[in-house]
Amino acid sequence: MAAVQGSQSGPTPERKGFLGWLNKRLPVDEFMRSQLTGYYAPKNFNIWYFFGSLALLVLVLQLATGIFLTMFYKPGEATSFDSVEFIMREVNFGWLIRYLHSTGASAFFIVVYLHMFRAFLYGSYRAPRELLWILGMLVYLALMAEAFMGYVLPWGNMSFWGAQVIVNLFSTIPAIGPPLVEWIRGDYGIADATLNRFFSLHVVAVPLALLLLVMLHLVALRQTGSNNPDGIEIKKKLGPDGHPVDGIPFHPYYTVKDVVGVGVFFVLFTIVVFFVPTFGGLFLEGPNFEPANPMSTPEHIAPVWYFTPYYAILRAVPNQRMGALLMGLAVFAFFLMPWLDRSPVKSIRYKPFISKVALAIFAVSFVSLGYLGLQPAEGSYVMLARIFSVLYFAFFVLMPIYSRMGTPKPVPERVTYHAH
Amino acid sequence: MRIKVRALEALMCGALLLASGGVFAAEAGEGAEGATQTNWKAWHADVDIANKGALQRGARNFMNYCVGCHSLKFERYSRLGEDLGIPPELLEKYLIQPGDKPANYILTTLPAGDAEAWFGKTPPDLSLMARARGPDYIYRLFKTYYLDPTRPTGANNLQLPGVAMPHVLSELEGLKKAVYKSVEKHGEDGKATTEQVFDHFEQVAPGRMNADEYDGFVRDTVAFLSYVGEPAQIQRHALGIWVVLFLLVFTWLAWLLKKEYWKDVH
Repeated sequence: MAAVQGSQSGPTPERKGFLGWLNKRLPVDEFMRSQLTGYYAPKNFNIWYFFGSLALLVLVLQLATGIFLTMFYKPGEATSFDSVEFIMREVNFGWLIRYLHSTGASAFFIVVYLHMFRAFLYGSYRAPRELLWILGMLVYLALMAEAFMGYVLPWGNMSFWGAQVIVNLFSTIPAIGPPLVEWIRGDYGIADATLNRFFSLHVVAVPLALLLLVMLHLVALRQTGSNNPDGIEIKKKLGPDGHPVDGIPFHPYYTVKDVVGVGVFFVLFTIVVFFVPTFGGLFLEGPNFEPANPMSTPEHIAPVWYFTPYYAILRAVPNQRMGALLMGLAVFAFFLMPWLDRSPVKSIRYKPFISKVALAIFAVSFVSLGYLGLQPAEGSYVMLARIFSVLYFAFFVLMPIYSRMGTPKPVPERVTYHAH
Repeated sequence: MRIKVRALEALMCGALLLASGGVFAAEAGEGAEGATQTNWKAWHADVDIANKGALQRGARNFMNYCVGCHSLKFERYSRLGEDLGIPPELLEKYLIQPGDKPANYILTTLPAGDAEAWFGKTPPDLSLMARARGPDYIYRLFKTYYLDPTRPTGANNLQLPGVAMPHVLSELEGLKKAVYKSVEKHGEDGKATTEQVFDHFEQVAPGRMNADEYDGFVRDTVAFLSYVGEPAQIQRHALGIWVVLFLLVFTWLAWLLKKEYWKDVH
């Protein structure tokens, strides 16, 4: 028996009038059917499944607010900082648009990290979703580039020194490093040329790449279908109507559910935007309210919180070249997940105890490294960063071994779902 | 240490966010009265942006004592008047510098070259000082000046050692000297050394204000600079409450709709 009665299925009915005219020329109904009303998603999604649609929402929010910011922002050593203050003070609701954009950057990473952790929990990166996972990781890489270059644009002192530190990492590449850094900066230091090219990349090139990758991510998702908290393929159990018995049409069931998620997200988001937009210096850092000054280094150079796990790994290694290499590997390791995980089951619900412990250690390491990356690299902080870096990499390196250990719980035939 | 403090603040923000579900109280902290002078680093400015009276007095203080050297290059007189509820006539009469118009930005008349020659450094623009360093920083700066004959200005500061700015408020606060105590410290090699550590201030000459009046004067000025750091924060709080309330109602309706649809799912 199909889970849902009266859902739209079968061929799209013929329409008359304008919609009929339109559909002969543009496959509107066909698109709606294939992507929303005829796309079946598992009915047992839990709270972890809100973050995909929320990531899309934040992307749209960033594009919309970014367009308005670009109308008033003036890239250039002499104009950037002042134009941001002009937006904050003299443009009607400029402060709101700017805070939506700056808070949106952090919100983007929050929802993307939770979205990625969902995949870790339920094995969503496993076959047949390897490419879906890789496309998602490419979205994450593009997002990091976008955020880094966007952070440089206000041309505050932390923008300047953050850019200095991060761009200089490329100089550790053997042979081509130093000329490569010069090519990236367009100058011998972080300067006007750097600022202008970062602006161009931030508002045109990377957003285009992001949109393309997000579209491919969604297309790949439509091809494989969503995983679910039980980590079983709903396509294996089809009803007499040809639809998965444990699936429900994405629209209206998940659209209406995602709207609730959007509501809750926006409540939390607007509390930050309107009441704590700097979030105690985590979303907007104090030193960035001082204009870029090549003669004065901030007390501690720390990137924004979403980069700090990797920054902590970089600083944990005494050798800068090794540190930069490990930092890159820390990100690259995610790409290998589909092939590192050899567990016979996908979902954490049925994995043996040792895999649960491993994931818990990884999560604690990632968050701890994030905290340590915000602290000065001195004393016990360095030692802690080293310990957590080792645990971080151990999670990936040892996965082919521990993921096969222990006895998994039996996986049910059908998804676990209790009607409300 | 600053970053650590900011991280703590962030944690507090997060906790408050979860607990209050909306109404965010301004940074809490004990007043200077409760804290002793030894732990001056724990002093808080306790800025209340909603207190228009304090902001107005702060604006007066700024125009009397600061604008001689410091600009507010992002703030217009007219904006100041509107936000602080100062009528144009009073603005014109008491706050606008001779020759300036209401739409002008608040700029010092001190030429940058002269400033550099006199103080060794151009006095910074103060538009964003409260945002960059925090209100507590400015508050502690003005409360920890002490006599130091070795400095060219005759004054030094605990918050900003070697400060280039003279103690311009000394006529109000009076003069005080720092009293140190000897503390024994054990180095890594185990040897005991004595170190001079700040203990308390001792008033050596009275100012025109008593300690409480001066404290209020500094707090008002810091509140004003906090406002100038982000003039929109007054609007921000007022509008935010309605936005959050609307979204709560919206979310509740969306949830009802979701429940209705999902009745079909078994």
